[in-house]
Amino acid sequence: MSDFYREVILDHYKNPRGHGAMDSPDATAEGLNPLCGDEVTISVALADDGETIDEVKFEGRGCAISQAATSMLTEMVKGRSATDVATLPKEELLEEIGIPLTPIRLKCALLGLGVLKVALHRAKGTPLPEEWAGLANELEIS
Amino acid sequence: MAVTTQAKLDAQKLRADFPIFEQKIHGKPLAYLDSAVSTHKPRQVLEKLQDFYETSYANVHRGVYTLSERSTAEYEGARQKLAQFVNAASPREIVFVRGATEGLNLVAYAWGLVNLEPGDLVVVTELEHHSNFVPWQYMAKRTGATLRMIRLDDNGELDLSELDRIAGEGKVKVVANNLVSNALGTVNPIEKLSAWAHAQGAIMVVDGAQAAPHMAVDVQALGCDFFAFSAHKMCGPTSVGALWGRLELLEEMEPFNLGGHMIRKVTFEETTYGDVPAKFEAGTQPIAEAVGFGAAVDYVTEVGLESIEQHEHDLAAYALEQLGEVPGIKLYGPPPERRAGIVSFNLGDLHPHDVAQVLDMEGVAIRAGHHCCQPLMQKLGVAATNRASFYLYTVPDEIDRLVGGLHKAQKIFS
Repeated sequence: MSDFYREVILDHYKNPRGHGAMDSPDATAEGLNPLCGDEVTISVALADDGETIDEVKFEGRGCAISQAATSMLTEMVKGRSATDVATLPKEELLEEIGIPLTPIRLKCALLGLGVLKVALHRAKGTPLPEEWAGLANELEIS
Repeated sequence: MAVTTQAKLDAQKLRADFPIFEQKIHGKPLAYLDSAVSTHKPRQVLEKLQDFYETSYANVHRGVYTLSERSTAEYEGARQKLAQFVNAASPREIVFVRGATEGLNLVAYAWGLVNLEPGDLVVVTELEHHSNFVPWQYMAKRTGATLRMIRLDDNGELDLSELDRIAGEGKVKVVANNLVSNALGTVNPIEKLSAWAHAQGAIMVVDGAQAAPHMAVDVQALGCDFFAFSAHKMCGPTSVGALWGRLELLEEMEPFNLGGHMIRKVTFEETTYGDVPAKFEAGTQPIAEAVGFGAAVDYVTEVGLESIEQHEHDLAAYALEQLGEVPGIKLYGPPPERRAGIVSFNLGDLHPHDVAQVLDMEGVAIRAGHHCCQPLMQKLGVAATNRASFYLYTVPDEIDRLVGGLHKAQKIFS
């Protein structure tokens, strides 16, 4: 059991980091996995340079994996450049999560990252990479 | 409910027929509580498939040679078994299909597309599986007919008080309902609905996928016009099912799939069609699977449908009682006396995927999701539920392990 619901995942699930909304975010998007009902909304505030991620907040509900992964993501990306995060390989987040995921649970794990990418690409006016377009469509990210 | 006259079923003994239970999952014996989605297969069916392929296989209705005759006899023999299984008036009323879904699509296309007109009403229920909902929603849109819903009450049972109001809104042409709900286990009053449908001049289309494996079915007593079911939910192979239809309706219907075998005569100018059921069986059928379906009918008949039904009622009652004591649990569906061996629930705020994942580590397999009933989930106000479902090989110990796993999940996530 401990193999799957690692202590760190349970900790992020029970005490989500960066939980909440933002008054006037520089970038925002939301996603909903219609198969299991996982929901995530992410808001980003950029620093004055218009590039550094100053603050990330998320709201959502759903399974432990979707919520813990999004919480971990907010810690990972704070202080990094929006361009970097927009092109962040999913493997970086998956390594952080650190458990074997079946295809169904993989979508739970990637919901938050997909939402964040849509938010950042939209804010910067850059196209969402092909690799993410299918997932964004499937997870109803907008 | 039928009065039980058959002997009490010995599930522990029957388990020995199912090779799947010989393995361990995550080091623990398999507790398989997902038979509503598909059942496991006994040796008797697996051996029949093997034997058929090794000794009798050939395409059917084609050759004059010995193997083809033997194969055809086995295939038509399975049709006869299925006819008897649902008390059809004739084996000609049994059409082999890929599964209940294809059977229901056959009716929607071959009957619905031709007979539905703008202003007609197609009546389904909030309890339908997508297989008896989406084809009718689609066909209503395509023909200009209107889709109407029979609502559920708080027990997860159909509210029949709305029927007259619906009848006042237009000409009812189709009534579609499952005999047993795959999501809540509700056993629906098909006899009443059939009588009402016929009083409106409508056809009654029954999704029997969840009922045929679990209770004795008599299509003539149900009074319906079509009844579709799948082999894989009753110990048989995947990719085969049966559609029973009233002969006079099947005869006047247009074909569904077109091609080889379903024809009488083909010229460059036109084609005439073969007799029922050949008219609906274009192309090479799932021959061995149909023969395996026949073996599955033999198996469940030998165990006894009344015994299976009683066994499932006993398990459902036990599960509802045991689960009811788990703190924070929300149980869905009717009381045990009006439900089949299916129990849907949610555990506080825990997402069903998390619950099912914890249970899997304990060797307990349940379903977590929308059960192909998204409109029903919408009605219940949830995205998904957990569902435990039982069959002839389910033992109370598996339910105890389910309950133990739920306590464990609560501990992990609290």
